[in-house]
Amino acid sequence: MATTDISAAAPTAPADEGTWDQARAERKDTREGWLFCAPYLILFVLFVIFPAVWGLWISLHRYDFTLPNKPFIGLDNYTSLFDGSSPWSAVFWESLRNTILFGVLSVPLLLVLPLAIAMVLNRKFAGRNLFRAVYFAPYVLGVAVIAVLWRYLLDTNVGLLNYYLGRAVPWLTDVPEAWVSLVGVTVWWTLGFNCAIYLAALQGVPRSLYEAAAMDGASPSQKFRNVTLPGIRPVLVFVVSTTIISSMNMFGQSYLMTAGGPGNETRTAIMQISDTGLRQFDSGMASAMSVIFMFFIIIISGSVFLLTNRDSDARTQKKSKARATA
Amino acid sequence: MSALTREPMTPEEIEAIPDDEGGPGEGRRRPWLFYTLLGLLTLIFIAPLIYMASTSFKTPEDAISTVPQWFPAQPTLQAYERVLNDPATPVGRWFVNSMVAATANSLLAVSTATMAGYALARIPFKGRRALLVLIIATLFLPPVVLLVPNYLTLNYLGWLDTLLAVIIPGAAGAFGVFFMRQFFVGLPKELEESAFLDGASRWQTFRRILLPLARPAIATLLLLTFLTNWNDFLWPIYTLFSPEMQTLPAGLSTLQSANSVRYDLLMAGAMISAVPVLIIYSFTQRFIVEGIASAGMKE
Repeated sequence: MATTDISAAAPTAPADEGTWDQARAERKDTREGWLFCAPYLILFVLFVIFPAVWGLWISLHRYDFTLPNKPFIGLDNYTSLFDGSSPWSAVFWESLRNTILFGVLSVPLLLVLPLAIAMVLNRKFAGRNLFRAVYFAPYVLGVAVIAVLWRYLLDTNVGLLNYYLGRAVPWLTDVPEAWVSLVGVTVWWTLGFNCAIYLAALQGVPRSLYEAAAMDGASPSQKFRNVTLPGIRPVLVFVVSTTIISSMNMFGQSYLMTAGGPGNETRTAIMQISDTGLRQFDSGMASAMSVIFMFFIIIISGSVFLLTNRDSDARTQKKSKARATA
Repeated sequence: MSALTREPMTPEEIEAIPDDEGGPGEGRRRPWLFYTLLGLLTLIFIAPLIYMASTSFKTPEDAISTVPQWFPAQPTLQAYERVLNDPATPVGRWFVNSMVAATANSLLAVSTATMAGYALARIPFKGRRALLVLIIATLFLPPVVLLVPNYLTLNYLGWLDTLLAVIIPGAAGAFGVFFMRQFFVGLPKELEESAFLDGASRWQTFRRILLPLARPAIATLLLLTFLTNWNDFLWPIYTLFSPEMQTLPAGLSTLQSANSVRYDLLMAGAMISAVPVLIIYSFTQRFIVEGIASAGMKE
């Protein structure tokens, strides 16, 4: 068919040859594009796409890989979690509640404190990069080191903190003290991460805006609201969502510092899911839990996205209205 | 009042601009207060690390003395000797495991991500958009969803309790691809076009022109991937079982269950995990901090 096209339209042959070449180039691009992606795609399909789908399938079974039979049970894993008939039900919802509590306590601190520090570091002074490097240092250490270290510092009897407080506070063995410890250590550990992102964003706010605001006689708080916050807005959305998501994924701090205790008071969702699936080998139930957890994360991220977007829409509307009246 | 009509400011006038929390300023009106504040903050971040170092050189008794010793009363290496020689907690072996795993994982992840990131940024191939959307969408997938199925896959492959468990699956994450793609998108197209006109193949262009330009991005990604793998905790504690197969973070958990209040041993183990990272960090902190900051800006 292609040959008849070319022979029939002799005068336009060069153009046809051009499109033919182009088609060949496109095929070459397509072949090369997929070849360049191939090594990554093997890993991606085997360890991300396939398990994501397989996990859903497993959640519809009574699936213990050490047993020969893995019967299909439809949505039973889900319904038994929701109606409380599963022995896992109570502890799963408790772990989800604990995770939310941790998020509610830690996220505001991790949004505000790093911004305050970043604003201090955003001035010009000797040794600025050194301070930034120091505040970021705990973050590179990883959860195992910081949790083992703080379990020592927070030890009720021989810990450094209780020595200086002159009291025997049960930092890791009682609530609410355990929550104070877990939140405090997490803030200490990850503050530098948000601080670095804020600082980069602050450095991108044009100096001239501050000068203009100063000439209009703006107070420091007015400058903060009208220059700083709008200037770092896109980064703010990123920081809010990554901070929420990482707090929802909290695991190592509880695992090493409180072992989920006292009782199950500081057991988090990730801890419960991995325990159910990889220690008790109830893979079907653990998969169902992780799917519920995923929807929970989607709802939270979705509402953050909607809230921040609606807010910015309102802001731009207000601005355009202001411009119209001016 | 337009900025254009103003005279350039004299240094005195610049000094006279009041400081504020938001804008870059000189911050020298009350320098002692400013530096005291920063110093206190620094202490909060540094003091725990100093105390960890100090306790790792203490005797078991001094480590749990009720009066803190910022400097060990009887400095000793016995905690290090003990954790390095105890067959139940072979910290030296864990160190080698962590080194091998983090090196292999970061090389695998960064090489595959660089090629895929280049293709997704620069080769207009069929299905590119859909693939890119799919890869980026998985950035939002909570990792815990993959936990159970990947464990079963490793069991099927016979990779449980081997270092392959902590090397291979972790290299499938989408962050590296996203990071490298963002870098290649930012390079001018003319660079490759002139090479193609000279008859260079796609691979030659990639190897000789783009890879050398990508060196800083590759170095940053290597560092971030290495650190992430070195510090990874959840995956190794469930996929590695034998004492001699642990990585350092998983091993620290073993060490803690075996020696709950032997804080001298725990701090020695923590030091062996922390010091290599702190050394790498002290030389490359600018790359690491700015790499993370730029990943935040790009989103």
